[in-house]
Amino acid sequence: MGFEGIGASVRRKEDARFLSGRGHYTDDINRPGQLYAFIKRSDRPHARIASLQTAQAAAAPGVVAVFTGADMAADNVGGLPCGWQIHSKDGSPMAEPPHPVLAIGKVRHVGDPVAVVIAESRQAAKDAAELLEIEYDDLPAVATTLDALEPGAPTVHDEVAGNVCYDWHIGDKAMVDAAFARAAKVVKLELTNNRLVPNAMEPRAALGDFDTSSGDFTLYTTSQNPHVIRLLMGAFVLHIPENKLRVVAPDVGGGFGSKIYHYAEEAIVTWAAGKLRRPVKWTAERNESFMSDAHGRDHVSTAEMALDADGTFLALRVATIANMGAYLSTFAPCVPTYLYATLLAGVYKTPAIYAEVKAVFTNTVPVDAYRGAGRPEATYLLERLVDVIAHDTGMDRVEIRRKNFIPADAFPYQTPVALQYDSGNHEMTLKAALEAADFAGFEARRSAARAKGKLRGIGISTYLEACGIAPSAVVGSLGARAGLYEVANVKVHPTGSITVYTGTHSHGQGHETTFAQLISDQMGVPIDQIEVVHGDTSKIPFGMGTYGSRSLAVGGSAMVKAMDKIIAKGKKIAAHLMEAAVEDIEFDKGTFKVAGTDKSKTLTDISLAAYVPHNYPIEELEPGLDETAFYDPKNFTFPGGCHVCELEIDQETGVVELVNFVAVDDVGRVINPMIVEGQVQGGVAQGVGQALLESAIYDSNGQLLSGSFMDYTMPRANDLVNISVGTEITLCTHNPLGVKGCGEVGAIGSPPAVINAVVDALKEYGIRHLDMPATGAKLWQILQANRPKMAAE
Amino acid sequence: MYDFAYQKPASVADAVKLLSEDPEAKALAGGQTFIPVLKQRLAKPSTIVDLGKLDLRGITIGADTVTIGAMTTHAAVASSKELKAKIPGLQELASWIGDEAVRHRGTMGGSLANNDPAACYPSAALAMDATIKTDRREIKADDFFQGMFTTALEPGEIITSVTFKVPQKSAYEKFRNPASRYAIVGVFVAQHANGVRLAITGAGQGGVFRHTAFEQALSANFSPDAIAGIATPPDDLNGDIHASAEYRAHLINVVARRAVAKAR
Repeated sequence: MGFEGIGASVRRKEDARFLSGRGHYTDDINRPGQLYAFIKRSDRPHARIASLQTAQAAAAPGVVAVFTGADMAADNVGGLPCGWQIHSKDGSPMAEPPHPVLAIGKVRHVGDPVAVVIAESRQAAKDAAELLEIEYDDLPAVATTLDALEPGAPTVHDEVAGNVCYDWHIGDKAMVDAAFARAAKVVKLELTNNRLVPNAMEPRAALGDFDTSSGDFTLYTTSQNPHVIRLLMGAFVLHIPENKLRVVAPDVGGGFGSKIYHYAEEAIVTWAAGKLRRPVKWTAERNESFMSDAHGRDHVSTAEMALDADGTFLALRVATIANMGAYLSTFAPCVPTYLYATLLAGVYKTPAIYAEVKAVFTNTVPVDAYRGAGRPEATYLLERLVDVIAHDTGMDRVEIRRKNFIPADAFPYQTPVALQYDSGNHEMTLKAALEAADFAGFEARRSAARAKGKLRGIGISTYLEACGIAPSAVVGSLGARAGLYEVANVKVHPTGSITVYTGTHSHGQGHETTFAQLISDQMGVPIDQIEVVHGDTSKIPFGMGTYGSRSLAVGGSAMVKAMDKIIAKGKKIAAHLMEAAVEDIEFDKGTFKVAGTDKSKTLTDISLAAYVPHNYPIEELEPGLDETAFYDPKNFTFPGGCHVCELEIDQETGVVELVNFVAVDDVGRVINPMIVEGQVQGGVAQGVGQALLESAIYDSNGQLLSGSFMDYTMPRANDLVNISVGTEITLCTHNPLGVKGCGEVGAIGSPPAVINAVVDALKEYGIRHLDMPATGAKLWQILQANRPKMAAE
Repeated sequence: MYDFAYQKPASVADAVKLLSEDPEAKALAGGQTFIPVLKQRLAKPSTIVDLGKLDLRGITIGADTVTIGAMTTHAAVASSKELKAKIPGLQELASWIGDEAVRHRGTMGGSLANNDPAACYPSAALAMDATIKTDRREIKADDFFQGMFTTALEPGEIITSVTFKVPQKSAYEKFRNPASRYAIVGVFVAQHANGVRLAITGAGQGGVFRHTAFEQALSANFSPDAIAGIATPPDDLNGDIHASAEYRAHLINVVARRAVAKAR
């Protein structure tokens, strides 16, 4: 066995079962006597439910029950709660309209659950659902972010006039206004951040079970955070105390944020299982995923930078309208505020920043965090704006970045928008990326491409993000209704193998390997003797789950703390066994030594003594070697880096082809370079998808036009190019591992690099900006409407 | 999907009988369109008549014609070395339909009978003056395609084989829908001794059509330049969230030129 500690590209332990079809997902779980739920969803964007007759459906063959919103209300089922409260500029709390599990009175988006049919088979449930008699009185709908604010726009919730959820701001407005007043130049850019559908490979599923002997509920669900679901559903929706509710998130096939939230279907199957005293399963069909998984992004923004005469950034002013959809999803309000506007300093030392964010309701699927969550929107805005500044001023786009970078010696750096960056070196990642991409040699490649009818461009993005969420007291003061620490329970078994129970959850990230490597590195135990357990509230201590690139930075730090406790206790046992002073015991890679002697004990000697305490300091020390630690981070972590995209546009069709993509990221200490590379490549693929291909398109009446893979363009392998991943490291200064997180950097850094490259390719056409996605159809139109400013050779 | 009866007849005659006796019965060939339609509950057939047992597979290469059994899969067409030597455009077309799984189930007869306006095969049938043989007659491709999802087939009529005239040169070029990978514009060009036939799929509101202006120009001069200046009016073309009618009109010229350039 080779080296498998920190820094080793160990093959992922979990892949054997995933690649051989032996993964165990929610829909693989079946309970005796199980029933199947089919959710009848609204096909109307906005309507009053004039009548809802269930008798015929309920009488259909195989049907056990039909439930509506009225049935749930009669049973005192609560609405779906929102986990974050934002306050508007004027101090008032955000509008928080009710979010019933099943619609009551009105439907507010296509896909809004109206009724549930529960039957002996899926087929029977679906057949019976066609017998539901629903009469709708259609209401005018509002679908787009901008339309929501039009005077006289239809109102999504009667109690929310003007559709405004909140009107929030951050930063020093007076200071920014003053800087604009004295600026030598102001550059302004209007842009949208396109709405996306998450499309995890595994559709959501939920199975509710009720134990008639104990009265315990179990929910098996596709979740990134089973304890959060237990808390929200138990406390706010179904009123089941934690001791009677177990939530299990087994293998989960991708989440990207969309499986953080507490969804209606989880409450429906759990509640129905209790009512019917039988297990109830629901599994989404792909078309349901499109209309019920929380969407991502959907911002419309105006950004203005005030510059002095030599291109130094003086102040940034941003106004953003963010689409919340029809209801507030679990963490929706924090995404366009504290996960977005606090990132507007980026990698630059802009001294004054002011941002206003208006969140609006529309008759669309709720919008919430999607890989990167707010940070891709901030990065896209800033990195596009910087390129437009270069365009408008004639300055070099690399030089203007360098001129405004926070210098490497300025860390820790306090931004004007709340965050304090602990470490980073943006010149280092920029330099490495430009070299790896042969940026200097680009113009020759542009000319060669032109000779074959291709418009070639190169784009860069120098970005920074905040992850490793988050210090509980800080987020609490900003409106979070939860703590964001993490927890680990490390059990050293009698013969020295280890099980670690983590509050984080792996749904593609490779935690079973990375965490095993981390434990192995500290404890000197081979990774095949280390088991990582997650996803079951009956096994793991109360942790907050996985999102925001937090698992290693926060969850891994909790493991380090737990291992510290194990080692401290082990030293006491070793001191007893070797008749030495505790202060003289040294621990290194699984061996306890008496300093300066050849006396030593292995971890197994110690664990055996701990569980078979015949010769043991039993008066001073409890038996066992089992420690739990909670870790609340002191700060966010701040990964950053530089992405370079090179591409060609077919002049005749407008179609973009990537020719090179280089990502150089500073993710802090790397545990498994191969997993980091995969995480970055996956993130870049999603970023390229957003930049070139993906778009959730609603018509003006609120119908989702891109509601299937026939019309929603996911990136495929042949839309991509080899994504070269490099890392240049500065360590996080405030967590014990020096790690920053790598799950989201790809999706955050890449979209502006791609669009900057597209705009660069269109240089001769005088294009200043275009919105994502840069499809062939859109670029062809631009090529038609604009003639080259200089004749192409 | 809705419940239905299932039959798998052993002869064409039996299949025709089953389909003719029951107007609600539907034939199942490869099912690559039909099964998704059933799964989405967009069709409610009484009986599904599976044509899988019929002996309608195989590629017969003649001197001037190629005949392909209706139940021959796209994969079989794509992997035939003999066909590739004889009509490279047709082999290439088949190799680009759907994905590997689709190509191993989907059939030529199924595709032609469905006449999806974005399907690939109809353009090959038109451009190679194909004869579509059914259980009861022969239909020229020019008469077969009668608008989107509409053909000359009578109720219960089953395609048994398709005979293509072997061109001197042929090529298929496809501009894919970025999401579905169906044709936004697909062009099959075939140079025959008596002139060029060129058919467009994916673009027309009425489904596949021959582009007579291109055909005339290419019959006089088989080169991309010959059609470079010929614009296609967008009036009868499709427009959707992926491509406007104007973009399709433009792409017809680009894709046709590329097809001509690579014809062999």
